Amino acid sequence: MGITSKPTVFALLAAAVVLLGTTVTVFIPLFMPSTQPISPYIKPYTAIEQEGRDIYMREGCNNCHTQTVRPLRTEVLRYGEYSKPEEFAYDRPFLWGSRRTGPDLNRVGGKYPDSWHYKHTASPQSMFEKSNMPPYAWLAKNPLDTSISFKKTSTLGYGYSESDVQQQISEYRATVTDENYSSKESRDQVTPPELRKELTEMDALIAYLQKLGRDVKNMEAKK
Amino acid sequence: MSDAGYNYRVVRGFAFSALFWLVIGLIIGLWMAVEMFNPALNITPWLSFGRLRVVHTNGLGLGFGLAGIFATSYYMLQHLTRTPLLFPRLAQAHLYIFNAAIALGALSLFAGMNTTREYGELEWPLDIVVVIFWVMFAINVFGTLIKRNEKQMYISLWYIIGMTVAIAILYIVNNLEVPVSLFKSYTIYSGANDANVEWWYGHNIVGFIFTFPILAMFYYYLPKSTGLPIYSHRLSIISFWALNFAYLWTGAHHLMLTPLPEWIQTVAMAFSIFLIAPSWGSVVNGYYTLQGNWDQIRTNYLAKFFIAGITFYGLQTLQGPLQGLRTLNAFFHYTDWVVGHVHMGTMGWVTMVISASFYYMIPRINNTELHSIKLANLHFWLILIGQFTWTITMWVAGIQQGAMWKATNPDGSLMYNFLDTVTSLYPYYQLRFVAGLVYFAGILVFVWNLIMTVRQQPEKAGS
Repeated sequence: MGITSKPTVFALLAAAVVLLGTTVTVFIPLFMPSTQPISPYIKPYTAIEQEGRDIYMREGCNNCHTQTVRPLRTEVLRYGEYSKPEEFAYDRPFLWGSRRTGPDLNRVGGKYPDSWHYKHTASPQSMFEKSNMPPYAWLAKNPLDTSISFKKTSTLGYGYSESDVQQQISEYRATVTDENYSSKESRDQVTPPELRKELTEMDALIAYLQKLGRDVKNMEAKK
Repeated sequence: MSDAGYNYRVVRGFAFSALFWLVIGLIIGLWMAVEMFNPALNITPWLSFGRLRVVHTNGLGLGFGLAGIFATSYYMLQHLTRTPLLFPRLAQAHLYIFNAAIALGALSLFAGMNTTREYGELEWPLDIVVVIFWVMFAINVFGTLIKRNEKQMYISLWYIIGMTVAIAILYIVNNLEVPVSLFKSYTIYSGANDANVEWWYGHNIVGFIFTFPILAMFYYYLPKSTGLPIYSHRLSIISFWALNFAYLWTGAHHLMLTPLPEWIQTVAMAFSIFLIAPSWGSVVNGYYTLQGNWDQIRTNYLAKFFIAGITFYGLQTLQGPLQGLRTLNAFFHYTDWVVGHVHMGTMGWVTMVISASFYYMIPRINNTELHSIKLANLHFWLILIGQFTWTITMWVAGIQQGAMWKATNPDGSLMYNFLDTVTSLYPYYQLRFVAGLVYFAGILVFVWNLIMTVRQQPEKAGS
């Protein structure tokens, strides 16, 4: 019996067979612009939002929250406009998820004020007694590490200069530490006094959550 | 070393590594099962659900699954080629590096170093270690095959070759990433492309870790334990090549109704249905092997494990393609139904077959008898009842949640807010935890039985 007595030929043939479907459904689509279109309305994440995204990934939020609204009636009713491919052009990696233990987050940006997120992230149970979401109060106790923020955004090809990144960081610090920041009260409640003038991991996470779906909302508004 | 000069040290090392990671992975699973209805268990950052989930999946998939596969592959490889491992020291180094990688992997995932790409969450330094130990394994597989004393390669060897080749391609392509620090990297793919690559990988890692090598075990240890030859050699050839061909087209059925181009989804759907044929080719081959000897289910505890295992494989490979249909997927996806589906495959098919393979193999490499067949039977019933209760509970929970997400009032508004759809599942989660405990008890019996087996004095040859 031919190839069953030739291990090398067998292995090469097995690899070739494996690569057939791989080439058609994975490799070729990589080079088709229609797989991942880009849109001028969709902006890359700021350095802070990217740091927030990395914290979202570190904590494995994607294990319980999806980020893709399907074009189904009740799904659009629940979350908003369904997800479009161009929204994800800057997502490395994608965070669509596979299980909704918690709700989808692709349209969460702008849905609630920052104050809501500070309270909810620190203690979901204080707002929804029976929620099974883990509390993340300790994120507000960790200062945000921005030492490689520029390296991150340049690796991701966002096109910011080093001073752009520094400016984004100091601007966002100024926003959340401002005396007139609309969510100051709830931010102060969860942030220890020594960090109230600094950026924390929770600040960045919330900045990221507030970005989700915002460009699409702006795009729809301009139509 | 046995009489034929076979290396059993590395087989034993991997087998007991598998048992170790199995127990660790299940304890984490039980902890998370409670977190699902009692979030107070999220005591520290590293015990929070989001981090534990990846420790659980990697610990069991890579730790238990791969170690079990390496143990049985090294055993089958030597017996089916009638040749000792070509590089025994390399195999021993493989064992150490593997365990170090799994331990570091678990620690790094506890610490939140997590690329979030499902079943490929390890960060880039550990990805390199995984590739290194895979190459070490492949060198022994192909080296021993080339030096073999048995001309024909039996079915199980095809599946081992298929796995070795495919996993290398999958793992490398999926994990191409750009490091920004020692502990952080970004994938080279973005958005929809990344999703497509990741689920090509995610789906096929199930195919080539939880299917191919498990079928290798099934085709080897079932005839060995029952004394019955495989029913049809021709059917096994067709099944092997069709499975190897079709699996790779189906990853996008994990991405139904997402922004991924529709044609990729539809192709995946069509090939998923096609995949039923080669999957059931092996199921039918297994059943027909027992033709006329079905009494072995009663008299031979190993046959019971294998037939229950292949039955769950059959159910799994019917359920999977059906879930992949766009209309059904719209209802079931993102619910606990899918969690139930995965666990039927892992707790049913994979664990049943690895258990029986170990029960056959461990006493032989220690030149002794199994400590207790009674305990093996107890193990069988506990994991069968535990797994079935577990999965049925999750299917019902999934149907309920899917229905609640869809339910609308007469005026067209949503009937339930999201939180209601979660809290209504807590009774199921509690039952699932109890089922998990039953299953875990069965696994402890399994581990105990094998420890007692190797602690016995080896029997004299011929006694």
